[in-house]
Amino acid sequence: MSGLLIEERSIVIPGEVLAEGMDYLPGENTYRQLDKIYAKVLGLVSLVGRVVKLTPLSGPYVPKVGDKIIGKVTDITMTSWRVDTGTAYSALLNMKDASMRFIRNNEDLSKILAIGDYAVVIITKVTSQMLIDLTMKEPGLHRVEGGRIIKINPQKVPRVIGKQGSMITLIKDKTGCTVTVGQNGLVWIKGASEKELLVENAIKLIEKKSHEEGLTEKIQQFLEGAQ
Amino acid sequence: MTYTKRVDGRKKDELRPMEAKAGVIPNADGSAYFRIGKTTAYAAVYGPRELFPKFKQNPKKGLLRCSYGMMPFSGSGERIRPGHSRRAQEISMVMEQALLPVVDLSAFPNTVVDVYVDLPQTDAGTRCAAISAASIALADAGIPMKEMISSVAVGQVDGTVVADLCYDEESYDAIVSDIPVAMTHNGKEITLLQMDGEISKEDLLEALELAKTATEKVYELQKKVLKEKFGVSSK
Repeated sequence: MSGLLIEERSIVIPGEVLAEGMDYLPGENTYRQLDKIYAKVLGLVSLVGRVVKLTPLSGPYVPKVGDKIIGKVTDITMTSWRVDTGTAYSALLNMKDASMRFIRNNEDLSKILAIGDYAVVIITKVTSQMLIDLTMKEPGLHRVEGGRIIKINPQKVPRVIGKQGSMITLIKDKTGCTVTVGQNGLVWIKGASEKELLVENAIKLIEKKSHEEGLTEKIQQFLEGAQ
Repeated sequence: MTYTKRVDGRKKDELRPMEAKAGVIPNADGSAYFRIGKTTAYAAVYGPRELFPKFKQNPKKGLLRCSYGMMPFSGSGERIRPGHSRRAQEISMVMEQALLPVVDLSAFPNTVVDVYVDLPQTDAGTRCAAISAASIALADAGIPMKEMISSVAVGQVDGTVVADLCYDEESYDAIVSDIPVAMTHNGKEITLLQMDGEISKEDLLEALELAKTATEKVYELQKKVLKEKFGVSSK
């Protein structure tokens, strides 16, 4: 017997056989042993051509180049800031990547970002040893001022953003708050304080009901009901 | 007199009633509850997170760190002194070694994954319950694993090979042996094998054969509860 043994979009646990024979190729979070492909994490099966891969349903955020994240400054060195990414690894934001303008040699770096400040940044480099470089030079990247920061499960971030940003646009339109979602699960909400609270509750609701159908409608109802 | 009827009326290969649940501790990255008979284990997984003391960091892969603890009034007798004892330290070590062959932390260098297992109520087979619970919790935490580990004790009571001994059987007034076994599901590879007591060669081989079917029952439950936790999204 050969072929796919598991239906697409079903949930598998580590060690489950996904496919037999050489007709399929092991993709992300799977591995091949002899002629069988096994699952390596708890996740959702998906098939891209002949490649069987798994989308993890839980687990840590793994830093990737190009991801926009929200980090917290934990230390200032001679030429850079050390930023907590919410993972096991901290990142470095170099002086030359921190600002559009020129930072003079003896300038006080804490005037730009102080210890304890949050910043919206993009990951520019990740090494095999998970040393991370950041930039704050692109448009839309800046120090977080005012508002509130909440933490959600990083695996739920795509649901909070929605397809082509549908969910996040809905929340922004209904409440008038600015909402920035970091891929690492940190969310920055800024607006009128009662609206901020509403957004916070809406995001927690998304996190809780992330697997349900018609989530955007439910959130719309929730936001309208509160007004 | 041979041991023909088990003290709690179970069949020779029958396990005590089991119950499990994944995701019981909201603050942990992954958690599980596992009960077999009167033995109850709660496992919580944290990480991968930064490892301190720093000299323990391994730049090639992450470290798995287990901690096992019986709670003060968990047994049927005396109060157990809380905190680490010689016994708890040993079981923490064997748990770590039972889980390590399947856990793949090569993607998380210099980090640690902490597994804490506490047992609020115990009645023999605690290390097995702890390992089974830890395995569910690790999978729930999204840690890459080659397979699940299922664990159960087998043994011999007065010449009869039985599965999943309870405390009354372990302390039965005859020649008794208690063999905790942990196994992978696919390869049926043994990752934990300890023994207390005496057993003949034939009985030992029979007991290990019995362990295969017994751990399979634990595996089925582990699989069921993990799918139940995330199950709704498959529809």
